[in-house]
Amino acid sequence: MAWDLKSDRPIYAQLIEQIQLRIVSGSYPPGEKLPSVRDMAADASVNPNTMQRALMELENEGLLYSQRTSGRFVTEDVEKIMEAKNRLAMDVIEEFLEKMESLGYSTAQTVDLLKQAKEGKV
Amino acid sequence: MNPILECRNLNKHFQGTIALQNINLQVPRGRIVGLLGPNGSGKTTLIKLANGLLQPSAGQILIDGMAPGIETKRIVSYLPERTYLSEWMTVRQVIDFFADFYADFNRDKAYDMLTRLGLQSTARLKTLSKGTKEKVQLILVMSREAQLYLLDEPIGGVDPAARDYILHTIIGNYNPNATVIISTHLISDIENVLDDVIFISRGEIVLQSNVDDIRETQGKTVDALFREVFRC
Repeated sequence: MAWDLKSDRPIYAQLIEQIQLRIVSGSYPPGEKLPSVRDMAADASVNPNTMQRALMELENEGLLYSQRTSGRFVTEDVEKIMEAKNRLAMDVIEEFLEKMESLGYSTAQTVDLLKQAKEGKV
Repeated sequence: MNPILECRNLNKHFQGTIALQNINLQVPRGRIVGLLGPNGSGKTTLIKLANGLLQPSAGQILIDGMAPGIETKRIVSYLPERTYLSEWMTVRQVIDFFADFYADFNRDKAYDMLTRLGLQSTARLKTLSKGTKEKVQLILVMSREAQLYLLDEPIGGVDPAARDYILHTIIGNYNPNATVIISTHLISDIENVLDDVIFISRGEIVLQSNVDDIRETQGKTVDALFREVFRC
């Protein structure tokens, strides 16, 4: 997965989102050791302090943990990862519903439409 | 600990023209800082003052609490706007030259970066393109274990791929005790690697801020803010 960073939003916030995505999608599997801050920063072409800040926040959220001497790891708590995944899914759904609303669909209509789309009727 | 760079009411004028006016500035350690301003705003003058190549007309500039001199040159690694290396020298000879001159020069680091660039150490500088020469010079400057790196327009004359190489070199050499100050007007190319920016206009500091704070409070890129502040 390549890093996709826009310059008009805080970089650390975008790094948090994209690392979360890597964790919930399994591209960074539970218990996996992350590369060093320096390597991750170089890979994303960002400042090491910014990468450090993003990783610290993910640590506070509990998705990552550090071990003093051996580095930083993805949590092994699969439930925790699932929670994060659900949160991300809710964000996508809310955004989608808002868009549908602006097109004039009620939530019930949207759900119907969604079912039809799934069955290939639209 | 002293800030690595500090200016106190710093003024510099050249025969009537004011180059810098009442600059007050503190730059902490462990940062990558963009010194941004339009042409003729005083970026190079500030960097030359920090290197002791110019003397203040009034006020002070301090490196780690000291006025520029022999002691500060030990800890400052400077990339000037123009190359000053002798054309007849080979890459190996300039590395020997730097290693001889600066106690903090790390020869292994220099050769490592040269190898990654695919450069032969037996090549003479005069046979290298302008862009390659600039890269060699940056490698020399970044191979020192300095506390303050002053890079005056390091990405001005090179192609976008070389720009990425240079920025990677800067990130790859990041050291939490050292600060890198990069002067440029090519903001969009470097803004993602910066911690802080200093905007300088007509010899005065108009803004010193963390870059993510700018994005958060203004909702725009540093480049967009720059264009707004310096609209002609």
